[in-house]
Amino acid sequence: MEPKLFKYIWRHSWRDQIPILIVVVIAQVMYLVSLDLPKRIVNDAIQGKAFQGKALADFLKFTLPLPDFLGGSVQLFSGFQLDQLSYLLALCFSYLFFVVLNGWLKQTVNTEKGRLGERMLRRLRFELFDRVLQFPLLQFRKVKQAEIATMIKDEVEPLGGFIGDAFITPAYLGGLAATALLFIFMQNMSMGFVTIGMLAVQIVVIPKLRVKILMLGKQRQITARQLAGRIAESVDGAIEIHANDTSNYERADIVHRLGRIFQIRFELYQRKFLVKYINNMLAQTTPFLYFVIGGYYALKGQFDVGTLLAVISAYKDLPSPIKELIDWDQQRQDVQIKYDQVIEQFTPPGMLDPRLQHIDNENEIAPASVRLERVTYHDESGAALAEDISLEIAPGEHLAIVGGNNSGKEAVAALMARLVRPFSGNLRYGERDLLDLPESVTGRRFAYLGDETYLLPVSLEENLLYSLKHRPLREAVYEGADLSAFERRLYETKRAGSPTFDYFADWIDYQGAGVADRAALEERVRALLITVEFEEDVYQFGLRGRIESTNRNGLAEEFLKARGGVRARLDEPQFASLVEPFDPEHYNRNMTVAENILFGTALDATFAPESLATNAHLSSVLNAAEVTGDLIALGQQIASTMVELFADLPAGHPFFEQFSFISAEDLPRFQQLVTRLQRTGLDAATAEDKRRLIALTFPYIEARHRLGLIDDTFEDKLLKARKQFRELLPKPQAQAIEFYDPARYNAAATVQDNILFGRLVYGQAQAAQKVGAVLSEVIDSLSLRPQVIAVGLTFNVGAAGKKLSFAQRQKAGLIRALLKRPQLVILNNTLSAFDEASQRRLLTGIRADLKGAALVFITHTAALARNFDRIVVMQSGRIVETGRPAELDRVNSKFQVLLGAPEPVG
Amino acid sequence: MSIQEDVEALKRIPLFAKVEPAKLKLMAFASERAQYQPGDLLFHQGDTADAAFIILSGSADILVETENGPLRVADVGPGAFVGEIGILMDVPRTATIRATEKMTVLKITKELFFRMVTDFPSIGIEVMRVLAQRIEHMNVQLREAVAAKK
Repeated sequence: MEPKLFKYIWRHSWRDQIPILIVVVIAQVMYLVSLDLPKRIVNDAIQGKAFQGKALADFLKFTLPLPDFLGGSVQLFSGFQLDQLSYLLALCFSYLFFVVLNGWLKQTVNTEKGRLGERMLRRLRFELFDRVLQFPLLQFRKVKQAEIATMIKDEVEPLGGFIGDAFITPAYLGGLAATALLFIFMQNMSMGFVTIGMLAVQIVVIPKLRVKILMLGKQRQITARQLAGRIAESVDGAIEIHANDTSNYERADIVHRLGRIFQIRFELYQRKFLVKYINNMLAQTTPFLYFVIGGYYALKGQFDVGTLLAVISAYKDLPSPIKELIDWDQQRQDVQIKYDQVIEQFTPPGMLDPRLQHIDNENEIAPASVRLERVTYHDESGAALAEDISLEIAPGEHLAIVGGNNSGKEAVAALMARLVRPFSGNLRYGERDLLDLPESVTGRRFAYLGDETYLLPVSLEENLLYSLKHRPLREAVYEGADLSAFERRLYETKRAGSPTFDYFADWIDYQGAGVADRAALEERVRALLITVEFEEDVYQFGLRGRIESTNRNGLAEEFLKARGGVRARLDEPQFASLVEPFDPEHYNRNMTVAENILFGTALDATFAPESLATNAHLSSVLNAAEVTGDLIALGQQIASTMVELFADLPAGHPFFEQFSFISAEDLPRFQQLVTRLQRTGLDAATAEDKRRLIALTFPYIEARHRLGLIDDTFEDKLLKARKQFRELLPKPQAQAIEFYDPARYNAAATVQDNILFGRLVYGQAQAAQKVGAVLSEVIDSLSLRPQVIAVGLTFNVGAAGKKLSFAQRQKAGLIRALLKRPQLVILNNTLSAFDEASQRRLLTGIRADLKGAALVFITHTAALARNFDRIVVMQSGRIVETGRPAELDRVNSKFQVLLGAPEPVG
Repeated sequence: MSIQEDVEALKRIPLFAKVEPAKLKLMAFASERAQYQPGDLLFHQGDTADAAFIILSGSADILVETENGPLRVADVGPGAFVGEIGILMDVPRTATIRATEKMTVLKITKELFFRMVTDFPSIGIEVMRVLAQRIEHMNVQLREAVAAKK
């Protein structure tokens, strides 16, 4: 990148800078003209100097004053003859015109400056990110992601503000200062020299004082960045902190850092104001010199007082542009330092050649042998991890590399995957140098998988298809307003010098995946899910997932069919008592009282459990159904039961949290309430008492809590409330709840809840398993499994895929690698999350799927290597044995030793 | 089936006969009532022990795995407290229990059981008494067996 910030700015923005400079000059002229007008309004129009006895005066008469030898003055425009009042109005409107014009020009300049700055900021940020993508992989061990993010996000931000002013401000302020200075010189030469002298002192001294400030600024930037990195570490290492009780150690670290930052910032502050003070002092000293020197000459009669006053008033205009110029210079150095800092971090040695990532590169290569020729690799400390490795892997060959810890087998994998560069020796693919192949070839035709796969916090499906998104293949279709918005975006993208690939285009490479279209791709994904034994998990995600839009391929209708099927099966005698269906006409004893009344899924906080007690609609419905009194009585019974059961327990006893309707701290209040109501009867209860008692009934489930409190009449009343709750629901709240309707799909509920459409009955042994089996059976009989899996694939895997288990992440990684149908696959301890038997099963499936692709499988578990085409045994960074399994199956071969007793760790 | 009936059923069980009704009610409230169909397993030999069961109605076989398949060693009926060995000693299930008819049981999780014993020592004492009786019973059987052998 360009090391000089100014060159960088000028190179990329001169086309925008020059028009703005021109407008600034025009605005300046306009400004001067508008300054002159008030004087003319007063003098010429109001006091009538332009008339001097005449009735009319010339307005807008332009004369070009040429010397006589060119023919004298030439009249360009004869103007208008106006009387005094019209003349006044004409001048006043001219004044207004210039004021408006001047304001508009200023606004234009500011807007343009802003756009220019933002464009440059965008360019700079993109270039930095672009460089991150070209970092050598080893660099990622050295940098902290939070620091990189802070640099791209925060540290370059002030640059955006500065870039707009980079050229315009010095030009503008410099112009002003030069004018004033010129004026002073015109008044008196010696005064001019005095002024220049003082300015020179300011210009020389102030920057010297600022050197330390700039240094501090640099430190401030670095410490702040490290703070960001350190905070990110605390977040990432949260488990370790809690597991080792090191939270106070962490606190101490942050306190120390904040203290350091405080020191730096405060010192910066002090110095800044000191410099400001000195700067002001110097500026004020100049008039002192004027008075002394000018006064001396005036007394001597060599200088008239009027000139002295003129000089002083001109000088008053001078300091502010000069000061601002000095400020600007300070800002310039500040951003230059920031820029240097950032650039330094983004220029690590060994950056990838950008050509390797060019989007139009070749993306095919004929299958060929991978050859390692006397390859040696040392790590950063100089320890040899792989030494003098020569190895050839034929197309389609399945090779296993086995060895203990520190045998160097991982290094060989990393070399082949180009994660590290060899110290010496050659790596070839056929006749080509492996290291020179563009990523469009290696990324599409080869697959490398370590033991951890990085997953993005998006849906599982997008994560699996990630390996197919190399370039935009089918443009997104935009229409109407979207199209013009797209074109505007595109224009700006080009102006900022960023590549114009559309993120919203279809990037999926069906051809690369060996399929014809989307449907075939989905089928392929399902097949791979089965191959890597991930299908059941995704099916479960699907059951617990929600359909995002109800119309997705008519999915809702299909699941509704399953609802009918499951109902029919559950009506069979052996399942009869397992599920209580959602029936609008019946009270459901396995749902809470509140759920029975709402009879739907709350979509937001309006009908969330904690806000029900105060919901006006609910309480009016309860009143209308004449069930309020029963609920209060029920609440009283629950309260007295809870008091009876839990009164003896100490507060904080786990039973409260697990079983009680009333928290430990609320219990005494309910105890009082129960005692009081026993004495006075329910009629004496206050409105607040009643509200609290009703709230107590909401989570009550008859089948689970078994207090035997809800009888048939009570149920009927609650059903009436249910009906009215729905019928009388105010319009604005209609969006807050989706009701259970046997004929409709409830998009707010999970797929499983929709199909089951009922509650598991409490206290039925193994109900969940039995019902799950029925569910599966029905789904399979209707061939809905793919649809459930499609829903499961929308499961969001969370930050870094942490919502998946380690084993699930490895499986997702395998699918991602296999989906692109690579011709060379390197699996580096990839199946480490599984036991040996599972690894064997998975390997068989994976190898069958490879269809002629070469496979390099690196593993600690020698037994897994047995049915590979060829086995390489490594020890201490060297290949010690190579051969077909049959050849190595002899007594005392190194392979046999590995099989028998694994090499000691270390 | 209300919680009051559970409390009545618990009272009839010797182990809990002497425990205050309020405590029994808490136990009934905090434990899960479960129904088993004939042939369902309460637990399987070798499973981790996470709960004990009080049989409220119905009966079950106690089976022990042998080389020749499961061997029925005893049966249990209403009022029986089963599965307590596993949670007291923290060992895997020493036998399998299979419902022979439709059963209703109270499932008392390990955590709940220990909580009840710690919070209400009267229950602990009752458990000790029952276990001591069992040892005494076995000793008698052992003496009889030894006598018979002579």
